Amino acid sequence: MRITEHPILDFGNPRMVQFTFEGRCLEGVEGEPIAAALHAAGIRLLRHSPGGRPRGLFCAIGNCSSCYMVVDGVPNVRTCVEPLRQGMVVCRQHGHGDLP
Amino acid sequence: MTRVDVAVVGGGPAGLNAALAAADAGASVLLIDRQPRLGGQLVKQTHRFFGSRAQFAGTRGFEIGRLLAKRAEAHPDIAIWLDATVIGCYSDSVLMVDTGSGLAKVHADRLVMATGAAERPLAFVNNDLPGIYGAGAVQTLMNLHGVLPGRRAVMVGAGNIGLIISYQLLQAGVRVAAILEAAPAVGGYLVHAAKVARAGIPILTSHTVLAAQGDDAVAGVRVARLSPDWQPVPGSEFEIACDLVCLAVGLSPLVELAALAGCELLHIAELGGFVPWRDSDMQTSVPGVYVAGDAAGVEEASSAMVSGRLAGLAAANSLRAAGDFAGQRQECQRQLAGLRAGPAGEKMRRGLAKMGLAAAGGDGIA
Repeated sequence: MRITEHPILDFGNPRMVQFTFEGRCLEGVEGEPIAAALHAAGIRLLRHSPGGRPRGLFCAIGNCSSCYMVVDGVPNVRTCVEPLRQGMVVCRQHGHGDLP
Repeated sequence: MTRVDVAVVGGGPAGLNAALAAADAGASVLLIDRQPRLGGQLVKQTHRFFGSRAQFAGTRGFEIGRLLAKRAEAHPDIAIWLDATVIGCYSDSVLMVDTGSGLAKVHADRLVMATGAAERPLAFVNNDLPGIYGAGAVQTLMNLHGVLPGRRAVMVGAGNIGLIISYQLLQAGVRVAAILEAAPAVGGYLVHAAKVARAGIPILTSHTVLAAQGDDAVAGVRVARLSPDWQPVPGSEFEIACDLVCLAVGLSPLVELAALAGCELLHIAELGGFVPWRDSDMQTSVPGVYVAGDAAGVEEASSAMVSGRLAGLAAANSLRAAGDFAGQRQECQRQLAGLRAGPAGEKMRRGLAKMGLAAAGGDGIA
């Protein structure tokens, strides 16, 4: 869900890029955090903890590690601060993640 | 190795002012921030600031951030490293910085730590479900990236952050079902509380969240009324449906760097938890290492700007005596005393007193 009208802010006309999430093709704003693009697409479940609990975004400033995902095969990427780029392959992380 | 007079870690309101004050006093400055842009948390503040003209009263937070960032970028004596994280701090005045593309060593004769604060979580059942955020995270999503985190929110905490962000949720088109506040009274300024009350948002004081419900994301919260001794009142429980829970229950100073630098840390609840001991010029127990802004004690952006200026001035002046240092220091302390006057500053004054300091951050004034 993106904000289309706001009394104070203008989000301009951003450049969109394509990426995949769990094999699905999605679109997001180039350079926005990966997690923001996923939220805009209605996806808030980002990973499962080592104990199997669902986890999402919490701090949005790269502090808390709640939003770790596997991006282009690399686990433990802080998707709340990692900028979205064209062609990224984004997957939910399960547990600690395996290094490539 | 990069050599500078003053390294400032953190490019928010405190760090930007520290960098500008030190550079204006003749020091060469390196400003380091781990984010891709300067401004710290100012970048998502859409409300107009209070205070006096010296602290940009009447200007929206994100505009203050842009203004300060522009000044820093244009300053010939300030170098700026973004996307750069300080990961090491050594006793011979050397910092190790992860620049994203590698490691860099920086030798700085003075260090100003303006690392800010982190939002606190709150303990309740299922508090880790997706859809439960620090209130600042919601603000980042909405105001910086233009993305809505949900449709119907419950705000936990009626301090200034909880009240302001509730209003900003409304501006972005999100319904706010209720604001819960565990204390018997609203903690934030009345002007903010009145604004959300006029918009029809109920503020439930003496209420807290016991549990979140939902499978893969939050679908509601179970709430209870609290007795005067902060215990849930039996039979008072009820449920509120929501797909978004914002926790605005306070901040803790980010003092990892201060610990790494060997600064003496004190636990002062009024200042948000562990904070570095500091003197009236913001210098910590380690000579040449200064602290400013929320990292020195959680307050708000206006006083962060002033304490940053004070730290930058003092750091630069300790290297080379600046002409009117005494006058500028006094002006900073006068502004700090003003910001901490009145009932809203009572907690801060108590916290500073525990450190042996007066409200101005000085030892005799105010």
